[in-house]
Order: sequence, then structure tokens, then C-alpha cells
Amino acid sequence: MENESAVFFSRVLTELTLSFHIIYATIGVGVPLMIMIAQWVGIKKNDEHYILLARRWARGFVITVAVGVVTGTAIGLQLSLLWPNFMQLAGNVIALPLFMETFAFFFEAIFLGIYLYTWDRFENQKKHLLLLIPVAIGASMSAVFITIVNAFMNAPQGFDVVDGQLVNIQPILAMLNPAMPTKVAHVVVTAYMTAAFVLAAIAAFKMLKGSTHVYHKKALFLLMKVGLVFAVASAIIGDFSAKYLVEYQPEKLAAAEWHFETEKNAPLVLFGVTDGEEVKYAIKVPYALSFLAHSNPTAEVIGLNEFPEDETPPLYIHYLFDTMVMIGMFMVLVSAAYVLGKIRGWSFVSTKWFRWVIVAGGPLSIIAIEAGWWLAEVGRQPWILRKYMKVAEAATTSDHVDIMLILFCGLYIVLGVGSVVVLRRMFRHNPIEQEIEDRKAEKGGDFS
Amino acid sequence: MTLEILGISVLWLFLLGYLIIGSIDFGAGFFNAYGVLTGRQHILTNIIQRYLSPVWEVTNVFLVFFFVGVVGFFPKTAFYYGTTLLVPASIAIILLAIRGSYYAFESYGSRGHKGYSFMYGAAGLLIPASLSVVLTISEGGFVSMVNDNPVLDYHALFTSPLTWSIVVLAIAAVLYISAVFLTWYADKAGDRKATKLLRKYALIWAGPLAISVIGIMFELSKHNVEHFNRMIDIGWMFGLSAIMFVITVWFIWKKQHYSWALGLLIGQFALAFFAYGISHYPYLLYPYLTIYDSFTNPAMATALVVAFVLGLLLLIPSIYLLMKLFLFNKDYIRGKKDHHA
Repeated sequence: MENESAVFFSRVLTELTLSFHIIYATIGVGVPLMIMIAQWVGIKKNDEHYILLARRWARGFVITVAVGVVTGTAIGLQLSLLWPNFMQLAGNVIALPLFMETFAFFFEAIFLGIYLYTWDRFENQKKHLLLLIPVAIGASMSAVFITIVNAFMNAPQGFDVVDGQLVNIQPILAMLNPAMPTKVAHVVVTAYMTAAFVLAAIAAFKMLKGSTHVYHKKALFLLMKVGLVFAVASAIIGDFSAKYLVEYQPEKLAAAEWHFETEKNAPLVLFGVTDGEEVKYAIKVPYALSFLAHSNPTAEVIGLNEFPEDETPPLYIHYLFDTMVMIGMFMVLVSAAYVLGKIRGWSFVSTKWFRWVIVAGGPLSIIAIEAGWWLAEVGRQPWILRKYMKVAEAATTSDHVDIMLILFCGLYIVLGVGSVVVLRRMFRHNPIEQEIEDRKAEKGGDFS
Repeated sequence: MTLEILGISVLWLFLLGYLIIGSIDFGAGFFNAYGVLTGRQHILTNIIQRYLSPVWEVTNVFLVFFFVGVVGFFPKTAFYYGTTLLVPASIAIILLAIRGSYYAFESYGSRGHKGYSFMYGAAGLLIPASLSVVLTISEGGFVSMVNDNPVLDYHALFTSPLTWSIVVLAIAAVLYISAVFLTWYADKAGDRKATKLLRKYALIWAGPLAISVIGIMFELSKHNVEHFNRMIDIGWMFGLSAIMFVITVWFIWKKQHYSWALGLLIGQFALAFFAYGISHYPYLLYPYLTIYDSFTNPAMATALVVAFVLGLLLLIPSIYLLMKLFLFNKDYIRGKKDHHA
């Protein structure tokens, strides 16, 4: 028995929770690494500015991590509350990484508590930095394990179905599914990239608002270098992801690329609109899809015509794909221009308009993350577990999902507004100039 | 020991962990709000902040660990409890989310908003109340199968005296556990005023705790005879728990041996909680679901146990370090050193 409205509202509520959670989760995975890099550079160069950078990021991080933790708890429970049939089935095969994720989360939580409350407690700064390593590892491993579960939904394996019963279950094989390597790498690396560009956007914004302190310049240069590395890595892994799709989920790639008929010499379609199977106003790059899919411009690419219509995802994922890729490419260019410009002394990277571009890079990166996740999730439709269970079969039959949706909307508004207000207040009341003065007075040390 | 029993025992142990440290957290929030209301927060705030700040996130993990573990070891619970608990569990999530994040907002962002303190204190009581409903539902009689799907009868649930006596127990236990723990903590910190006040709270909440337990036993004897009889069979565990309770109250009354009082408190709840769990065996949900028919396949069970053992090897030293730095560090407890970022 399916309850259509329950299915609909369960989808909306899950999408809402994931879309909200992923912002904080991405920051939560990426920022610990940024803090670690800054603190490490600070210790190496014996430069108090970098240490302060780490310290101030850590302070802001607590706020985002709090929202990440509670919304993560929400999605964790919602999986069972909204998709009980899916969890009953999948729990038998993929419970292991979910369980391991709680350990990673546990590990991170403990050391984050310790790290936050032990600033200046150790004579040797390196000891304090050591405490951050488990935080960064825990955060990244959480992403790894959860993404493994998502990868399993796309490419389930590690079990057989005989007479409707699951048999021959192999939990490790289920984790090592074909979607896993590219998906995990892409999620983790884009989280680092996004964290770097979000923090860079803040530094650039401070400079635009008239703060001339060298602190921001150091922050920006460091972050753009880190961001460039991870943006390039994201693009390379993104390419592998496409090749994974060709091999294992061709319908997802075909829908994302508006590739209707199986053909050789397939062009890559960018933007445009569809009218049935006719694509208008699009930019078509000849041979590019064949090249992207098989590294061979004349290779054959499977089209949507090979699949039953009720088993292909909606075509609007094309725009999600374009959004994600365009922003990714744009960020590679922006960070490369900045880093090269700084080294070569190009003056335009220090102009106002270019700083605004960097500021825009923060929200753009977040949009790319959202687009990427929507692409991943909508692109798997109508399946919740590809080829085994459809989304509609997985949902709860409860009649109250609509009211819960309203309650959770309220919750996310409260959390979203609250976190932004608190973060703004936190840094406005204690600007960097002030903090440097305070610490100078406290220590009487050598500050520049 | 079968894997089924090993699995449920481990999960039950973590739920006990959540019960204890969650109670301390929730109760502290309530006492803090009550202190603001009566103009006495200066006595309590310091003690409460120093304990809670570094550990709040860890508290949450115990709960996450429990529900992820349950679905891992007993996937069928996702179907039965997932469907029936949508409303109570969603409410609990929302309260937990607001409480948890606003705790962080308040302690790291901006301090001293009164309305916030009240909300925080109230949420601390509503969360255990809404979570305790799960225990009530597990006793059976509130879930029926309609078209092969479990449906929760809200009317029966909210008009049952069993529900409300369990709610009262949950709230009384939270406040009692919290007060006893904070009495010990304040005493260790050498804060006489706070010790005195918290000792009073501990004694006040011991009464309702005892009464609500008797009430539940009475209600359960009517509601679920099978469970009640099994409880009588292992009555010695409850008896031992009751003795520990009396000694704890005695020590606190006499203002001595606070460390012993805390140890006995944990012993009391551990015994009672496990006695409850053992007598509930083998049912996860009367009469539909037992630990045997809901258990996962052997391959997954083995994998989960191995992951659990490896995870513990990682966690135990970490928790030890956390406790050493914050719970058993005299300078930290007494507020001599503050190294917050």
C-alpha cells in the first residue's frame, strides 16, 4: 500500500533536510583542514597572524558544526522515519558504514571539545595542533562513510535476491561498490574546495570593506592557493565520475547531457531548452561527449532511448549538471588567476572588481555543492536503490508527513537565521585589529 | 551469548550512557533556567557552563549511536518504529536541534538572553518526555496493523496513565540524576553555595522519582502482564537498585561521600535500566517484534561487532582524555584556567 501524499511530502522533507544540512556538513568537513593548514603555517613561520586565523576560524566553526550536528541527527533519524521500507531492506546490507560513521562522528566530537578548550594550554603549540588531526580525520571520514551509503544506493552490490529474500550478503563488498571511489573523492575534495573559497570570500569581503590589515591578505593568498589545488582536483575527479556513469549508470549521464539516441561522435550539449527530444538554443561541442565518456571523440555513447521511460530521471538535471560544472571551472580560473597574479605581480588581482569576484566565489561554491547533490539524487530517480527499490515503494505510510514538513521548515529557518546572526555578531564585536591589540596587551610580545 | 543478545546489550549500554549524560545536560539546563527565574543563576551558571561546554556534542552522539545501531542490528525496527514514531521522534529531533545549536550559539556567540534560558530549560524537560514515549509504545497496545502497516493510536497513547507515569519518571529521573551529579561536581570545585543548592534539588527530586516508579509498576501490571511478571522474576535487580537509591539519598542527606553517592546513582540506574531491558526480552515491540525475528543477517552482525570493537579501541582512550582534561582536572573545574578558543 502506498500513500501518495506521504511519498510526496517525504521527498520534499528529505530534499529540504539534505539541502540545508549539506551546507553545514560541507563546511564541517572542509574547515577543520583549513584550520589545520593555517595553524601549521603559523607554527612553521612563527607568524602569529596565521595562528590567529586558525583560532578565529575555529571559533566560527563551532557555530556551523553545531548546526551540522543537529541537522545530521535529523537526517539520520529521518532516513528511518520517512523511508522505513528502504532502511529495512538496505539496513541488511549497508548498515556497516552508517555505523562506522557514528564512530567517526564520536571521535570528531570528543577531540573538537578538547581542541576548543585547550588553546594556550600547552607550552608546545604543536601538541595543540595534534589534537586537531583527529577532528579533521573524523570530519572527513564521516563524509566518506555517508557517501559510501549514497554510492551504494546508486550501484548496489554485495547481496543477491532469491525469492524476494536477501541472501549471500557481503557488507564489505557492498561498501566497495563501483560508485564509491569517484563519489567519495568528489564529495571530500569539493568540501575542501568550498571551505577554502567560502573563507576566501570572507577575507576578500573584509578587504573590500576597508580593512587593510595584512592579516586578511595572508588569509586570502593562503586560501586561494589551497582552493586552487582542490578545485583542480575536483575537476579531475569529476571527469572520473562521468566515466563511472558511462559504465554503470548510463541513463543518469544521458539525462544530464540530453543525449537521447545512442550514437557515435556524440556532441556535448550545454544549456539550451528541450522541446520533446529537440534541443534548442544550446551550445553543442562536437565530439565532446564521446570524448568525455570514453576519451575517444568517435566512441558510441548510450542514449536515453535504451531505457524504459519510467526508469529514466527527469531531464531538468541537465541544468544542475551545467551549473555544477560551470561554477567548478569558473573557480579554477579565478583561483589560478589570483595565485598566478600574486606571484607575477599582475595588478588586476588586487582591484576591487576582482575581489568582488572572489566574494561571489563563496556562495557560488555552495550553489555548486547543492546542484551536485540534487544532480546525484534526482539523477537516480525513480530509484532509491537502483534496480531494486523505487522511491515510491520506500516511503512511510504515515499521514502526518505534511505537518512534519512545516515544523522542519520552521526549524531550518530558526537555525539558519540564528547561525548567521551569531556568526556576524561574533566577528563584528571582535574584529581582527581589536584582537591583535588585545593579545599584544596580554603578552607584550612581538606583533607586527 | 548469541549475537542478538550481544547486539542489544551493547546498544542498551549506550542508551544507558545517553540516559546518564543526557540527563545531566537536560537537568542542568532546567536548573539554570530556574536559577534565572529566581535570581540565583550566579550560583549555578559557572558550574553548569564549565561542565557542559566541552561535552555537549558528545552527549548527542550517544543517541545517534543508539538509533543507528538499532537499525543496523535490527533492520526491521526501521519499519515498525520508523513508521509509528514519525511524530514523536520528529518533535524530539526539533527540540534537540534547537536546544543543541542554541547552546552553541549562546555559549560561543552572545550571552545572557533570558527568554532563551527558559526555552532551553523547558526543552530539556520536553525532550526526555517525548523520547520516553518510545518506551511506552514498546509495551504494546498502542500500535495496530492496518493493511500490513503499523499505525499508532494517538488517542489511546495520550489517554493512557502508563504514558504519563513514564513521562513523569523521565522528568524526575533527569532532574534527580542531574542534581546528584552537579552536587558532586560543585563540591569538587569547592563551590559551597552551589553544592548547597544542588543538594537541596537532589533531595527534592528523589521523592517524585520513587513515586513514579511505583506508579509505573502498578500501571504495567495491568497493561502488560507478561512483562510485569518477568520483572517480578528478576525482582532482586530492582531491589538492589532501590537499596542503592536509598543509600545515595542518605549520603546526600548527610552531606558526605558525594563521590560514593554519584557511583551508587549510576549503579542504581544501570541496574534498573538493565533489569527493565532484560524483562522486556525478547520483545522490541510487543507483540510484533522480537530481537530474533528482526535481527540482521550473520554477515552484517559479525561486521558490526568487529567495527564496534575497533571503534571502542579508538573511543575509550579519547573519552578518557576528555574526562581527564575536563572532569577530573581540578584547575579546570575550579575555573582557574580557561583556554577556550
